[in-house]
Amino acid sequence: MLFRKASAPFINAQANVHSIMYQVLYALIPGTLAAIYFFGWGVLINLVIAASICLLSEALVLKLRARPVSTSLKDGSALITACLLALALPPLVPWWLTVIASIFAIVIAKQLYGGLGFNLFNPAMVGYIVVMISFPREMTFWTAPLGAVDSWLSFGDTFSIIFHGVLADQSSIDSVTMATPMDTLKTQIGLENDIESTRNHEVYGALFSNISGTGWQWINILFLLSGLWMIKQKVIDWRIPVSFLLSLLLISNFFAVSDYASYPSAVFHLFSGGTMLCAFFIATDPISACTTPKGRWIYGAGIGVLVYTIRNWGGYPDGIAFAVVLMNMAVPLLDYYTQPRIYGKNEVE
Amino acid sequence: MTSEQQTIVKNGLWKNNVALVQLLGLCPLLAVTSTFINGLGLGIATLITLVLSNTFVSIIRHWTRPEVRIPIFVLIIASIVTAIELAMNAWFYELFLVLGIFIPLIVTNCSILARAEAFAARNNVLDSALDGFMMGMGFILVLITLGGMRELLGQGTLFADAHLMFGSAAEGMELTLSDDYPGFLLAILPPGAFIGLGFLIAIKNAVDRYQSKKVVRVAAPVKPAESPA
Repeated sequence: MLFRKASAPFINAQANVHSIMYQVLYALIPGTLAAIYFFGWGVLINLVIAASICLLSEALVLKLRARPVSTSLKDGSALITACLLALALPPLVPWWLTVIASIFAIVIAKQLYGGLGFNLFNPAMVGYIVVMISFPREMTFWTAPLGAVDSWLSFGDTFSIIFHGVLADQSSIDSVTMATPMDTLKTQIGLENDIESTRNHEVYGALFSNISGTGWQWINILFLLSGLWMIKQKVIDWRIPVSFLLSLLLISNFFAVSDYASYPSAVFHLFSGGTMLCAFFIATDPISACTTPKGRWIYGAGIGVLVYTIRNWGGYPDGIAFAVVLMNMAVPLLDYYTQPRIYGKNEVE
Repeated sequence: MTSEQQTIVKNGLWKNNVALVQLLGLCPLLAVTSTFINGLGLGIATLITLVLSNTFVSIIRHWTRPEVRIPIFVLIIASIVTAIELAMNAWFYELFLVLGIFIPLIVTNCSILARAEAFAARNNVLDSALDGFMMGMGFILVLITLGGMRELLGQGTLFADAHLMFGSAAEGMELTLSDDYPGFLLAILPPGAFIGLGFLIAIKNAVDRYQSKKVVRVAAPVKPAESPA
């Protein structure tokens, strides 16, 4: 009688690039829906533009490089890049800006470095930085979220702004844009108004909710929940989000306690801007993040400190992209110095 | 022109181009090429330096002892650059202000010392001067291509500030893409220089590869198919 012999492990996870990337994509859905709910058609149009350009340029470069096109396209990584970009860009940016960001993300930051698995930097964040430093004016085209205004901007108006730069009745875009809560706070603190009076301001007050910003708090909470689901599914490692959020919490709490009038509270920092998106979807990118356990702690904490520094004392309202890319640069060094001890070898050589 | 001189020309302009192949003198190359005219100004200054330094080094090549050749070369190059700097200060004052520190920094441009050491110190005066001129021309071509590219992308103009170089007659030379061009700032910032130069090198390599393939095809049109090893 023959027995089929098998060696351990007897139960193995069927993890591959494809399944991991698609679980990340599924996890992005709730937060993206929330972003669409609060910011309207613009997010959806950005998503369509970014996704089509990302897939198109990925296919084009893969063809130029004589690599298999369809398998790489189907792994979903380009879609994740597109999704992150669309979530990071303001909803009313001109169409060509989204196109430039997508092309830079896929062609320069990803494929020129060797494609998936070889890119040093997070592609979406590189694309975002390129347009952020190149077109600072267009990057302020945020709409007021639902809750601060009563209804979405109509599809016709949104379409007209994105593709022609003016509203459907030819009036200027300035009538429908509004600063984000973080930007407002930064400006007002710069003008030496304290946080309390900004939150209760007759115009800006509507932008703020009890926790952070109107709309922003729900987007962040949803990203937090789906991030926790990804940790449970073992799609991402828990160390990076925990160390990032912890360091942001500690440092923002330290300053907020010392001067609550001009430093926003830790809760505000954790639930505004791109904090949760960064913690679970951007900083945890398996390619550009650290791979050693100790390195991941340092990597996440570094991002937290940099984000807080840029938010408070830098020139930009949010600093996620810069912080992540700066720490991406440190990854090879961190990985080199934090290699875990091999079992059976002495700790000190 | 002898075949040797033809090789010098080809080396300087293409095959051994200072910026695209030797990757020398990148500091000024990356720093001043934000516009076409800036690139041209620095390029001409570098060209003159290269021609003069190659000529002088070649003239004294029989008397320079190898032990002290580098300080002597540097001294010659530094004097030439100082003279050029003073001349620009006198006649192209506004351009001099724009290029600023990069004019005196031509002294440290490795390509000049490299040509003195690798070519002028062991060749006759005429060939050395020609080599300096062609290397300089190759450098200028890259400078103005990169400068033009970055200017066009970054601010949507070409030949802006031409009057700095050609006097007030050139005021109208500036070309503008369109009035509401938003300006792609990245192209003017340092990353634009690195990315642009990377693309130029890639294009050069692609052209080289394409040509070498063509040569092989012409030279060996019929070749029996080899079985894979």
